[in-house]
Amino acid sequence: MTRLELRQVRKCFGPREVLAGISLNVAAGEFVSILGPSGAGKSTLFQLLTGAERGEGEMLFDGAPLDDHGSRFAFMPQRDALMPWRRILDNATLGLEVQGVPRRAARERVAPLFAEFGLAGFERAWPAELSGGMRQRAALLRTVVQQRDMLLLDEPFGALDALTRAAMQRWLEAMWRRHHWTALLITHDVREAVLLSDRIYVFSARPARIVSEIKVPLPRPRTADASVAREAAGLEAGILDTLLGATDPQLSAQRPSPRR
Amino acid sequence: MAVPSVPLSGGDTSGPSPRGGRSAVSSAIARAAPAAVSVGLLFAAWELYARYGGVRPTVLPAPSRVFGQAWENREALMDNAIPTIRATLAGFACSLSAAFLFSALVDFWPSLRRALFPLLIASQTLPLVAIAPLVVLWFGFGLLPKILLVALVTFFPMMVALVEGFEATEKEIGQMLRAMGAGRWRVFWLARLPSALPYFFAGLRISITYAVVGAIFAEYAGAAKGLGIYMLNAKNNFRPDLVLAAVGVSAALTLVLFGLTVLFQRLAMPWERAAAGRGSEGRQ
Ligand SMILES: Nc1ncnc2c1ncn2[C@@H]1O[C@H](COP(=O)(O)OP(=O)(O)O)[C@@H](O)[C@H]1O
Ligand SMILES: [Mg+2]
Repeated sequence: MTRLELRQVRKCFGPREVLAGISLNVAAGEFVSILGPSGAGKSTLFQLLTGAERGEGEMLFDGAPLDDHGSRFAFMPQRDALMPWRRILDNATLGLEVQGVPRRAARERVAPLFAEFGLAGFERAWPAELSGGMRQRAALLRTVVQQRDMLLLDEPFGALDALTRAAMQRWLEAMWRRHHWTALLITHDVREAVLLSDRIYVFSARPARIVSEIKVPLPRPRTADASVAREAAGLEAGILDTLLGATDPQLSAQRPSPRR
Repeated sequence: MAVPSVPLSGGDTSGPSPRGGRSAVSSAIARAAPAAVSVGLLFAAWELYARYGGVRPTVLPAPSRVFGQAWENREALMDNAIPTIRATLAGFACSLSAAFLFSALVDFWPSLRRALFPLLIASQTLPLVAIAPLVVLWFGFGLLPKILLVALVTFFPMMVALVEGFEATEKEIGQMLRAMGAGRWRVFWLARLPSALPYFFAGLRISITYAVVGAIFAEYAGAAKGLGIYMLNAKNNFRPDLVLAAVGVSAALTLVLFGLTVLFQRLAMPWERAAAGRGSEGRQ
């Protein structure tokens, strides 16, 4: 069953075209990734979905136009966006609080999840006291407790060091196997996309078009099994070729002009 | 369904570490020591110059004389300090409320900024020496002209600090709150207001010192009582020792108010210390 469907979504910032007609869909319980070079317009797509910006084209959710932006998605922005002035517990309950859940009830709903998210004992800590990986898990916790229809994750592990990132990817894979969230993940990490996704949309450089759509038919868990991991590596190499093939002419065309 | 437990990277399990091995008292002494030494040296040099430099005490009194006279006239000084404190605090409270109100309005309607800021910037170019007598002329010797002058010097820095503070809100936090379904008010209350706190306190520390100066200026221009008028009278009576004694009282007052803002900030922003505690070993 298709939940999210985008048809020819376009977005320009003034004269700058950022999204040049994006069509994609995400089915219920499916984990879909958007893979693309940085600056392509991936985050912009999420801005459209969350209603922060308006674009052209059709955005449907369960077949109906997506106008009630607040209610469908739990959105995790590119930076963790934890509020430094709230303790981790209060950061985690933020979404419920905005929904009008009384603080007490919100805390009761969030508290049992701390162990699962590797944050047990840190309920009263300030965000500044957490490591990068823990902050990301706290941000993810804040996102999933909203119990929205779909998760929008914008490069959740982009700022982490390689080791922490690998640990977080395994962890997220395990979490997804347990919860079967419907999720749309933005990443510029090919391995991450292959590891986590059912399907991958590869974006070109700006203005973003969909260069290819790749199914990832690998069994899960993908990190634990050596033979699966080998298959994943093959897939990864193929995608990297597509990506470089699509972006290379763009990159070389852009190189002489300084970045604005 | 059983899911394999997921290993987390080692660095992840480190928690908030207990901070501060040294006792608070000894670290406070260590921090105050350089200031005490520099002030002590200044006073020593001044004392020596006043005694052996051949200047008359009616021109430059030695600090020992200033302190002695301050002690002898302590009742008069206190008596005059109280109206100054009252004017400072009342004026500052008015200015803070107004700054808060207007900065919030500007935050909600950014076009107001273009309407207000030129006026406000112009207000900051008014020389206090010229404007203080006029304000006293218009509003008399009571509390009102003092409140107005204190507000005049403190409103603008507070307003700018708050407006900039609201704007310093992380864009992603705003977008996330909107996606959660929060309206503008909610975003303001949950994100923009707390984001402005560091800016607010920076502005507060600066403005509180201006506030004391503003109150004294207003009194200088005309008042029944207050440190400003006390200084003026002492000067006219050729008593620089008493002028300096009053200056000392106003300096002490400023320091106390400054200290209060620092204390207030600590209480209002406990997470700042947690952030400082992590320091360089913080996240990547
Ligand atoms: N509010 C905005 N106004 C103008 N340009 C923007 C705005 N937001 C994003 N852009 C531009 O859109 C392009 C894509 O940005 P973004 O979606 O953040 O890329 P990605 O997430 O793929 O790295 C960038 O060139 C950026 O400068
Ligand atoms: Mg981005």
